[in-house]
Amino acid sequence: MEAIEKPPWTRIPYDIYTDPEIYRREQERIFSGPTWNYVALAAEIPAPGDFKLTEIGEKPVVVVRDRSGAIRVLENRCAHRGVQLCRQPYGNAKTFQCPYHLWTYQLDGKLIGVTLRKGIDGKGGYGPDFDPAEHGLRALRVAERRGVVFASFCDDVEPLDDYLTPMTIEYFDRVFDGRELRVLGYHRQRIEGNWKLMVENIRDSYHAGLLHVFLVSFGLFRLDQPGKGYVDASGRHCVQAGERRTGELASEAMSEVSTFRANLKLEGGEMLRPVPEFPGRETVCIQPIWPNLILQRQSNTVAMRQIVTRGPSAFELHWTFFGYAGDDDELTTRRLRQANLMGPAGYVSIDDTEVIEMTQRGVAPYPEAEGFLELGGTGVESADYTVTENTVRAFHKMYREIMEL
Amino acid sequence: MELGTAIERAAVEDLYFAYAAAIDDDLERWPDFFLPDAVYRVIARENYDRGFPIATILAEGHGMMRDRVTAILQTMVYLPRTVRHAITNVRILASEGPRARVTANFAVYESYPADASRLLVVGRYVDAVERDGGALRFAEKTCIYDGNLVLGSLIYPL
Repeated sequence: MEAIEKPPWTRIPYDIYTDPEIYRREQERIFSGPTWNYVALAAEIPAPGDFKLTEIGEKPVVVVRDRSGAIRVLENRCAHRGVQLCRQPYGNAKTFQCPYHLWTYQLDGKLIGVTLRKGIDGKGGYGPDFDPAEHGLRALRVAERRGVVFASFCDDVEPLDDYLTPMTIEYFDRVFDGRELRVLGYHRQRIEGNWKLMVENIRDSYHAGLLHVFLVSFGLFRLDQPGKGYVDASGRHCVQAGERRTGELASEAMSEVSTFRANLKLEGGEMLRPVPEFPGRETVCIQPIWPNLILQRQSNTVAMRQIVTRGPSAFELHWTFFGYAGDDDELTTRRLRQANLMGPAGYVSIDDTEVIEMTQRGVAPYPEAEGFLELGGTGVESADYTVTENTVRAFHKMYREIMEL
Repeated sequence: MELGTAIERAAVEDLYFAYAAAIDDDLERWPDFFLPDAVYRVIARENYDRGFPIATILAEGHGMMRDRVTAILQTMVYLPRTVRHAITNVRILASEGPRARVTANFAVYESYPADASRLLVVGRYVDAVERDGGALRFAEKTCIYDGNLVLGSLIYPL
C-alpha cells in the first residue's frame, strides 16, 4: 500500500520544546512580533500613578496609568545603563527613578531628570548635544478592549479587534460585558516545561475528558456531553467549550474511559453547581488568545491565565481571578469555592501541571523524535465535537508558518 | 485550665506537631484536627496582605476537607512525592475561655523517590484553636505562604 503524505502539522518535532535557538526565535517573532499580548486588567490600576509589573514572553514591562488616565506599557529598564527601573510588583508612583544614577522618568516614559547634567563647576556632565527626548523609556503599543489591556512590541501589528477576530470577541464579550470588574486575587506558578505544552494542553479538550478524573467523575466535563473546539481562520485563537448535563447517566462511550469513577461522591459538591450567569449554554469555556493569554470560565470562576516564558524548559502561569463589582456575597463565595478547581492546588489544574512536567521530561532527552496528532483526521478546522485534535493541529500549522520550520 | 498557660502552650505545640505528622504520613486523619465547621485556607502572602480573598485551597468544614483528601488520594494525577512539615515558632497571641489565637511558622519540603529534596514553601499560620471536649482543634486555619511563586503544584495541605 502506498504511503499517504500527511500534512506536516500532524507531527510535533520534539526539539521545539528544548532548542535554545528556537526559543530565541520565538521571543523575536512571537512575543516581540506582530501579536497583542495580555498585560493587565484596567481594574488593577484604576487611579493615575497605579502600576503593575508583568512580562511579555520574558521581557519585563511596567503597566502604568499616567496622569492623564491613559495606560502606558513601558520597558522596565533605565534608558541609561539598563537597571531594572521599577522594583515593586505593584504600587502607585509619581515618577520612576533609577537608583543607580538617579535618572527620573514621567509615568509616560519621558525622561525629566538627569542628575548633574551640567557636571560640577563646569566640568563633566553632558554636552549641549544631549537631548533628553532621545532617552525616554521605550513605550509599547497599547490597546484595550472592555477593560482588558494588551500591548505589542511591534509597530505594525493590526488593530486589536481585527487581531482578536469576531469568533474570539463573541465569547470574550460574554465575560467582559461592560460590568465593572472586581479583582479577587492572584496565583503564580512555575512549571518545568516548555510554554507551548501549556498552549497545546489548553487547546486539547479531549484530554480533559480522560486525564481529569475529577471533572469526569463529578460530571463537570465528559466527552459524551456537548462540546466544541472552534479555531479562527488564522489558527491563532480558539474557543473550547463544554456543556454540563447534570443528573444524566454516562453513555456507553464512558465505559472506555478507565479514569471515570462512577462511585465517587463529593460531600461539598454544592460548591461546584454553576449558577447561570453568562449567555449561551456552555458551563465551561476556555479561550486561548494568542500568544500569552488563556481566558478561563469554569462554572462561575473567571480568570486570566497569563503565560510568561522562562527559557525553553520552564514557564510561569500568572492567574488573575476576578468577579464583578455588583456581585453579592453569595456569588463571590461561589467563585471562591469553585476556584478550588484551579491554580497550584487545583483539583483540575494539578493534573495539567504535572502532565506538562512529565511531557517535558519525556521529550527533552529525545529531540529527534516526534509527536502524533491525527485524532479526528488531519484537518485544522473548527469542530462541534471534542474527540479531535483539530485545534492543536491548527496551532502547529500556524507555529510552523511563523517559525519557518 | 486556661489556654496560654505553660502547660497549654505545650498542648498547642503538640497539636501542631501531630497535625504535621498527619499530613506527612496519614493524610486521611487531616480533617480530624479541625472542628466540623472550621474554615481552612491556603493563601499567597500577596493576596493576604492586599486583602484579596482568592485562596489556593479553601475548605469550609469537614465535608470539603474530606473532598480534598479524596481528590488527593483518588482523582488527582501527579508524580508521587512525600512532604515533610517543619513547624516552629509556635506562639499563643491571645486566649480567652476555650479559644486562642495562635501563630506559627512552617517550612514544607518535598522529596521525590528518584530525586533530591527541595524546599516547597515557607510561611506562617494564623489560626484559632479551640478546646473541644478533651482535645484541641483548629476552629480556623490560614496558611500564608511567603514566596508567591509556587514551584509546580501544591498537592498536600500545608
